[in-house]
Amino acid sequence: MATFVENLGRIDRRIIFIVMALSVVVPLAMRLSLPIPIGEGPSKDMYDAVEALPSGSTVLLSFDYDPSTMPELQPMAVALSQHLMRKDIKIVSLALWPMGVSLGNEAMRSVADSLGKEEYTDWVNLGYKTGGGVLIVRMGSDIQSVFPVDYDGNPVGDMPVMDGISRLSDFDMILSLSAGDPGVPAWVMMAGDRYNIPIGGGCTAVSAPQFYPYLGTGQMVGLLGGLKGAADYETMVRVGVENPPAGTATPGMAAQSVAHLVIMLFIILGNISYLAGKKKKGGAK
Amino acid sequence: MSWTFVGIWLGALLSLSLYSFLYKDNPFYKFAEHLFVGMSAGYWVIYNIKNVLIPNWWNNLVPAEGGFQPIWLIPGTLALFMLLRIVPKLSSLSRMSLSLIVGTGAGLSLTAMLQTNALAQVNGTIIALGQGGDLLSWISNIIIVTGVVCGLVYFFFSKAHTGVVGGAANIGITILMVAFGASFGYTVMARISLLIGQTQFLLFEWLPTMGIHL
Repeated sequence: MATFVENLGRIDRRIIFIVMALSVVVPLAMRLSLPIPIGEGPSKDMYDAVEALPSGSTVLLSFDYDPSTMPELQPMAVALSQHLMRKDIKIVSLALWPMGVSLGNEAMRSVADSLGKEEYTDWVNLGYKTGGGVLIVRMGSDIQSVFPVDYDGNPVGDMPVMDGISRLSDFDMILSLSAGDPGVPAWVMMAGDRYNIPIGGGCTAVSAPQFYPYLGTGQMVGLLGGLKGAADYETMVRVGVENPPAGTATPGMAAQSVAHLVIMLFIILGNISYLAGKKKKGGAK
Repeated sequence: MSWTFVGIWLGALLSLSLYSFLYKDNPFYKFAEHLFVGMSAGYWVIYNIKNVLIPNWWNNLVPAEGGFQPIWLIPGTLALFMLLRIVPKLSSLSRMSLSLIVGTGAGLSLTAMLQTNALAQVNGTIIALGQGGDLLSWISNIIIVTGVVCGLVYFFFSKAHTGVVGGAANIGITILMVAFGASFGYTVMARISLLIGQTQFLLFEWLPTMGIHL
């Protein structure tokens, strides 16, 4: 028995990979569904902050990520766009990451088409500019000096969605979907704290703990952390909506939960094996 | 055959090639890895020329409405200096460009960084205990303040970590370990999320191209 327990710590890593793969593939293939209870927390705070915005408000939505973090951040982009557009909140978007332009466009266009929202009137994508924090500072005084045209080359000043918007402080809220730097920290530092604009958004799970202090101090109004945050928001946005569109984060959470259980199991087995080996060595002495 | 179909198959085959490394290193993995590195480098060069260099510099140097703006030769020259790093005799010129970047970046972010990441956080910690609320928030505030103070004590090395100081330092390192554990948990979640995203692509976009619908 002791040998079996000790051998548990020497399982071929490829067996662990196979079990991990199965723990993800099987729940997804079987369309396993697990409940996602949403209590008080950063995701709910984010939803409540957007919900509190009156119709006709204008929000700056910054897509600060690329395809490598799509599984976590793209569902947030879709869910946030759905929430904003359903509430008749205008969206002015941009990207601090080059590939964020097309990913943001994809998310907003799909939602806008399904809700009958018009580009340039209800939403616009200004495109990508390099500079990060410097860019944000310049937008603080004059947006059109940084973005004279949108990503399609249309003059920004002629767009109805930009009526009454000339600098950052004209926005009712800034949302950043962030995979790193530049992203949430740059917006908090250069826009939120400087111009007193509410900042919210989402980030990859890896960077979520880094941004939690901003929630405690009120520097951020809410935060969606990783796939869980995306699934929370998808769930909240779907409440009360007839035939809500299917998201990708919520189905992924079942696989996420099973995978986490498997990882915990392996950690426990590894520790049992380690302790058994240690005890045996101690006994031999 | 549409380009979408080709894209899905390319994505699927390259994903499987990359995952094959989990079994052992092999030519399929090497091919996918090298292709990725080469494509990324090429893509970034073209993307930056088209989306950064031309709109931000060239269009200002030679505006569409005509004329020539020589002032824009200055950033062009500084950019050229950066590239001179590959010429050993002239590589020192790149320091001028680098110093400008570092100086601007430091000057711009120094006060903002201090305000956002230091003063605001200190302020948040100071007022925490005085804030009202229910019992749970009160306990939470105490944990935050105790954690911050004990965490700082752990990094105070001018006094031996014995007695009261040692006890506080132990609490500090325990709090730090809890924070690292939470951070690690989030990292695991992020990596599994990426696997889930790619698995969703293979199951619900690639398999249907072969008539397999799950």
